Amino acid sequence: MSPLDGPAALTARGLIRDFRGFRAVDQVDLTVAAGSVHALVGPNGAGKTTLFNLLTGFLAPTAGRIELDGHDITGLPPERVARLGVARSFQITSLFPQQTARTHVELALQSGTGLGWRFWRSHRLLERFSARAGELLDLVGLGDAGDTLAGSLAYGRKRALELAIALALDPKVLLLDEPTAGMGLEDVDRTVELIAAVRDGRTVVLVEHNMSVVGRLADAVTVLQAGRVLVEGPYEQVRTDPRVIEAYLGSSEGSADAAH
Amino acid sequence: MTSLLLQRVRTPRWAGWLLLAAGALLALWLPNGLYPAVAVDMLCWALFAVAIDLLLGYGGLLSFGHAAFWGTSAYTAGLIAAHLGVPFPVAVLGGALAAAALAAPIGYLAVKRSGIYFAMVTLAFAQLVYFVANGWSSVTGGENGLQSVPRELFGLDLSDPYYFYYAALPMAALGLLLAWRIVHSPFGRVLVAIRDNPARARALGYPAHRYKLLAFVLSAFVAGLGGGLFAVAHGFVSLDVVHWTTSGKGVVLVVLGGIGTLWGGVVGAALVVNLEDQLSQAGFTLIGLVTGGIFVLVVLLFRRGLWGSAVALLRRYSRL
Ligand SMILES: Nc1ncnc2c1ncn2[C@@H]1O[C@H](COP(=O)(O)OP(=O)(O)OP(=O)(O)O)[C@@H](O)[C@H]1O
Ligand SMILES: [Mg+2]
Repeated sequence: MSPLDGPAALTARGLIRDFRGFRAVDQVDLTVAAGSVHALVGPNGAGKTTLFNLLTGFLAPTAGRIELDGHDITGLPPERVARLGVARSFQITSLFPQQTARTHVELALQSGTGLGWRFWRSHRLLERFSARAGELLDLVGLGDAGDTLAGSLAYGRKRALELAIALALDPKVLLLDEPTAGMGLEDVDRTVELIAAVRDGRTVVLVEHNMSVVGRLADAVTVLQAGRVLVEGPYEQVRTDPRVIEAYLGSSEGSADAAH
Repeated sequence: MTSLLLQRVRTPRWAGWLLLAAGALLALWLPNGLYPAVAVDMLCWALFAVAIDLLLGYGGLLSFGHAAFWGTSAYTAGLIAAHLGVPFPVAVLGGALAAAALAAPIGYLAVKRSGIYFAMVTLAFAQLVYFVANGWSSVTGGENGLQSVPRELFGLDLSDPYYFYYAALPMAALGLLLAWRIVHSPFGRVLVAIRDNPARARALGYPAHRYKLLAFVLSAFVAGLGGGLFAVAHGFVSLDVVHWTTSGKGVVLVVLGGIGTLWGGVVGAALVVNLEDQLSQAGFTLIGLVTGGIFVLVVLLFRRGLWGSAVALLRRYSRL
């Protein structure tokens, strides 16, 4: 049975977001089935990142409703959404440049424990997470970079660290904003394999321009255009939808970067 | 920022202990080399500066209203000491707790702003506290100040500032230790993370506002320890303690010593308090001009402040 037949993990109903009169997200309905990998595609400026920001509480919707496992989470602040099990990566890598890679993962592992409030304890308390942090760094191929400052990691490795941090939160729903953007072919392959490996027991929403990555990972696809949903459905169906072929895939269907 | 540099170039452990031992010896010797009353003032202002740096250097929040906490604690400690006859550390602790309690609602509103807006909100509340202190003269003495605050400690005679210094030193040391612990705690780590990238910290599940609020309250508590001690040390609380120039002086001490260095505030306080005393001894009237000039020079020459630059230099040599 495909996960697409199961219950929804994350849904958006009639989601609208205006920026001073400009409607970046326009009446978006989105249903992400639990356990599925759901790709969000569309041209630059279609509103994909804005939709992510709405789903994770970084932006408040102008109108509409967001549900996580059937519970209303509209208007919750980002930290609450994160604690409910929704982790995100940022399109523009967002790290603590002066902290080591390991500290990033340790901070992520600590966040659910409440230990962060302990101003009377030594920061060595974080060391209890270092073994697990090491495992996660190994998993994303950063095993050798634990003591490297995030600011001095190469671009592709920063993306990998973003992924390690998100995984450290052990999320139910993982939102990845262009996880392979700017990566070399090898890193893209590794990232795809990694996402395929960690999707078990999770729901993944993926913004991705690279159609071959979408094809390899996605169960369902939502195509956004100018803030609106153009098509939503199972990957095989969306892939062959005439509107989509005309708008994005054109003649080079299936090739990388067709969405540009 | 130095705390972050620490991770890049690990200073040897012994260097830290050596500095601590040197600092402790210096603190123990201090009233033998200076007027004891000046030495006591240094302790108070050091606490105040360290409190401001806790917020500014590690939380990225510039408070321009910490006189509210310094002053609230001074009045509260003065009133407790005058009316309850308790040992002075209890009065100071009471003052610091009052400052922390006042910081909770002010911080709640202030931490929603950042940058210059945060500074403006804190300044506005501090002005409010000033007007209340000025107007509520039945309690604070208004412009006449709060008179005859006793220095009670189990019947010991502490009228000589030389002895009072040694009675006050443990309390100041505990306050500084608390600030150091906060900075080097899991909480301090999260605070720095929020300072450097609030969006990322929130995406990790850390409620940035609440962390900043706790930092604000803790900072007010440490500032209150300084203000309470100041009241007991002078036996008198003047309206100056809640004046905005007091907030400004605290910020100047931190910038002089080095933002985000913690101990820089101690260095800044020692320097300025001593200098002010020397100048007034010499009958100099334009003290503000001299300290202001030195401030400008330090800011122009030492980007990291005096302590911050000294530490950076030491690191460079210890690496060779
Ligand atoms: N904070 C903001 N203020 C004003 N306009 C915004 C803001 N954020 C996004 N927009 C606008 O909303 C539209 C959608 O932007 P968004 O970043 O969501 O697109 P996207 O689909 O993620 O594009 P890309 O593929 O380039 O990442 C764009 O026109 C953008 O300029
Ligand atoms: Mg985007």
